[in-house]
Amino acid sequence: MGRIMPKRILSLFRNLFRKRAIEQALDDELRSTLEALIEEKMQEGLSHSEARREALIEIGGIEQVKSGVRGARAGHFAEVVASDIGYGLRRLRRNRSFTAAATLTLALGIGGTTAIFSVVNGILIQPLPYSHPERLVEVGLDLPGINQFNWPLSPPEYFTFREQSRTFEDIGLYYTGFGAALYSANVTGAGRPEHVPALGVSDGVLPILEVTPMLGRSFTRADDAPGSSDVMMITHGYWHSKFGGDRSVIGKTIDVDGKPSTIIGVLPQRFRFLDMTNLDILLPLRPKTQRGYNYFAIARLKPGVTLAEANADVARMLRMQVERFPEAAQFFKETQIRPNLQPLKQYIVGDIGKVLWVLMGGIGLVLLIACANVASLVLVRVDGRQQELAIRAALGGSPGRIAGGLLLESLLLAVIGGALGLLFAYGGLRALIALAPGNLPRLHDIGIDGLVLLFTLSVTIVAALLFGTMPALRYAGARVATGLRDAGRSVSASRERHRARNAFVIVQVGLALVLLVSSGLMIRTFLALTHVQPGFTTPAEVETFHVHFPPEMMKTPERLVRMDHAILDNIGAIPGVSSADFSGAVPMDAGAESDPVLVKDHILEGQAPPALRCYWVSPGFFRTMGVPIVAGRDLTWDDILSKRPVAIVSENLARGYWNNPPDALGKQIGGSPKDWRQIVGVVGNVHDDGTSQEAPVTVYWPITDADVFLGGPAFALRSPRVGTQSLINEVQRAVWSVDPNLPLNEVHTLNYFYSKSMARTSFTLVMLALAGGMALLLGIVGLYGVIAYSVSQRTHEIGIRMALGAQKRDVLKLVVNVGLALTVIGVGVGVVAALALTRFLSSLLYGVKPTDPLTFVVVSLVLTGVALLACYIPARRATKADPIVALRYE
Amino acid sequence: MEQKQTDLLRGTLDLLVLKALSLEPLHGVGISRRITQITKGAYQVSFGSLFPVLHRMEERGWAEAEWRSSDNNRRAKYYRLTSAGRAQLKHEERQWNQVVQIMAAAVQSS
Repeated sequence: MGRIMPKRILSLFRNLFRKRAIEQALDDELRSTLEALIEEKMQEGLSHSEARREALIEIGGIEQVKSGVRGARAGHFAEVVASDIGYGLRRLRRNRSFTAAATLTLALGIGGTTAIFSVVNGILIQPLPYSHPERLVEVGLDLPGINQFNWPLSPPEYFTFREQSRTFEDIGLYYTGFGAALYSANVTGAGRPEHVPALGVSDGVLPILEVTPMLGRSFTRADDAPGSSDVMMITHGYWHSKFGGDRSVIGKTIDVDGKPSTIIGVLPQRFRFLDMTNLDILLPLRPKTQRGYNYFAIARLKPGVTLAEANADVARMLRMQVERFPEAAQFFKETQIRPNLQPLKQYIVGDIGKVLWVLMGGIGLVLLIACANVASLVLVRVDGRQQELAIRAALGGSPGRIAGGLLLESLLLAVIGGALGLLFAYGGLRALIALAPGNLPRLHDIGIDGLVLLFTLSVTIVAALLFGTMPALRYAGARVATGLRDAGRSVSASRERHRARNAFVIVQVGLALVLLVSSGLMIRTFLALTHVQPGFTTPAEVETFHVHFPPEMMKTPERLVRMDHAILDNIGAIPGVSSADFSGAVPMDAGAESDPVLVKDHILEGQAPPALRCYWVSPGFFRTMGVPIVAGRDLTWDDILSKRPVAIVSENLARGYWNNPPDALGKQIGGSPKDWRQIVGVVGNVHDDGTSQEAPVTVYWPITDADVFLGGPAFALRSPRVGTQSLINEVQRAVWSVDPNLPLNEVHTLNYFYSKSMARTSFTLVMLALAGGMALLLGIVGLYGVIAYSVSQRTHEIGIRMALGAQKRDVLKLVVNVGLALTVIGVGVGVVAALALTRFLSSLLYGVKPTDPLTFVVVSLVLTGVALLACYIPARRATKADPIVALRYE
Repeated sequence: MEQKQTDLLRGTLDLLVLKALSLEPLHGVGISRRITQITKGAYQVSFGSLFPVLHRMEERGWAEAEWRSSDNNRRAKYYRLTSAGRAQLKHEERQWNQVVQIMAAAVQSS
């Protein structure tokens, strides 16, 4: 039966769009019916007026008949909704202040939630911008035998994996450099000489990402063979900035690191390599065959292959490797080498998820508080409408229709708030991205997309249900009699209604406390972090920068040392510079790696040597960084130039092996059993991995021990003039007077790396503090609203009390006590909730427990204090009331 | 005027209206009187129930309406069964007879 005939669908449209004509026809029909009845009754002998009366009775109410016909009509529901929307909008427009307060509150909550969700969506939910990204993996190695994890690959492994894998569609190597010293190249022979960020890729990498060039071709295996002619690809951005988007660029030859290279392809605009935001040129990697764990690898799994299967496959090939390369067998055995494959997305995103979900939870709480606030407002407003609702019920308005209307008004509020919130989110997102720590991954993928819009819509609807259901249910069935009887008097604020609003306040105070405790814990964490001595002093007075010599100079390390030394002498002579040095890495720049280090007389048979943090430094490194020398001496240029076998160790290393730092002097350590070095100095510990981490046990080798760093050293200088452009200019001149073709790269103060190491904490702190501030504001506004409303409802009662001799103080106490009781219950609820919830923060905390009593007590007191203030203002107003006026006030 | 309003089974009113219209086109009052007549005064349909049914039938295409002059030269809206309406009448009559038989058998069984 229930099928809808086409005719009825037609009727639906006719009904919806020709409403007036149809109403007119219905009017006509009823009038003619009435007339026919009257005529009939007059023929039975009644007078006209009597006949009319009888006829009206028989029809039984024109309006009721009409409403019955309308109800039977197709599209009746849509009509009701449309009329209710119109009615709701009119009401909202009339009640400007209510509408503004409610929509702004909602916009704040929905906007904040949307903004954070956009971040969560962009970073954690959206797939990587490659086709079938779920099949992409980062292929790394773990070497538990020497405490090394997530190692890159070496070429022999790459070749084996490429030829023998059963689970990879293909595997590709790439090279990005290490730490702050990103791979880069000098480009000359086309306009101004410049130093550009580069990426080395084997021929498989681009096909694995399914990237095809927009112009020209990709690298082939022939391009990747050592000794083939030099070719390069350029990114879309570089194509535009360097070549003005000229399509004839293919086949052009430019000099890269002094070697002429032919441009064979231009990458499309949307191409992004993993998370590299800044990339100009791609060069063939051309892996050589000797072992050296310097290259990262990505692979595309065959369809249907699981990560476990791929790991097992790689483990099989590693065993194969031992047979193929017997000389590597010892190394493989000692290191207990094993595969570590990660989904590419997880590799890029890392552990930021913890922070983001905490923020999402925090902002969710703000939204809840906002909803409680609006629910409170709506209750007050519906209260004021009780009379009207009762009249509607009396006139035959069905409870369903009335509840629907109320709910629809809430939905309208939420939709307006949601739209406004979307605007807030758009603005907030920009601020948030600007504020975000540099190490926040996938910043480019953050934006407002379809999923975010869907999320906002759902949040809006859920919010409307949250704050709209209760008032709708409560008043829909408004007892006609009570409603009408109460109508005249405003005094009868029913206990029940107050209970609901009080519950909202308690929830608000509780949630605000949870957020404030969370931000309090983050503040304590931040303070604890800043109180940790990083190991260096006044980092804002240390400027650091890298220079990159052309790779062919690597063949003559003696010349490199001379040039580095010449630059050092020049920058050391700049007025105001008290000390300068060059080294392989700068503290906290993530440029230093850990390597196995042997300590003579402390070698345990059958156990791998520990991996220690290794720095290669020139003399003056410790003075420049402000690292104290605890025992012994610094390196000297004599040590460096005559390549003396010496080393310096950190204090924690000295204490670990010999208890007393001076006892370490003269002891032997080395990178291999054939290469012992004497410890000549012990220096203070440096928190190289950030202040939240233990200072790593560190060895400092003379920079001449590692030629690789001579070609691209990090220079550093200490001067009170750091931060001025004039100093940078002088430094530049100092470098160029040695070699005019050497650009300065990665120019940062030591303070930059120091703050970067705390960036995630400060980001979380700022975001949680914002959420906490919003929660406090909304919670207090909610409390204030409830107290102010109850005071206005009790004006009569207060007037009587004062007329009967109550003092201002009594009235004040009366009002404040109500607020205080609510606050104390709210704080109690909040403390319990916070105790349960703050453990989700524990991985972000440092130097403070998630249940830190101080934070809990201070936040509770502050919240109670602010709440008291919020109650005091309306309470004071109540005491100002003139009893006469108050009594008259009805 | 006494109102004998028996609780009509859902759909029964539809059947009565279809039946009333099966002889000739009628207007609202006419249909009401015809129903009283064919039920021998047992049912007096209220206009509050009748008009919604008429409008629904019109929308479903069972009846067509047109404005005509009545006997005493008044304009009135007349409803006429369409062929779909006649089919519906047959269908509902058959259904009704079935229900009656089943219920009668059920009530008489001991």
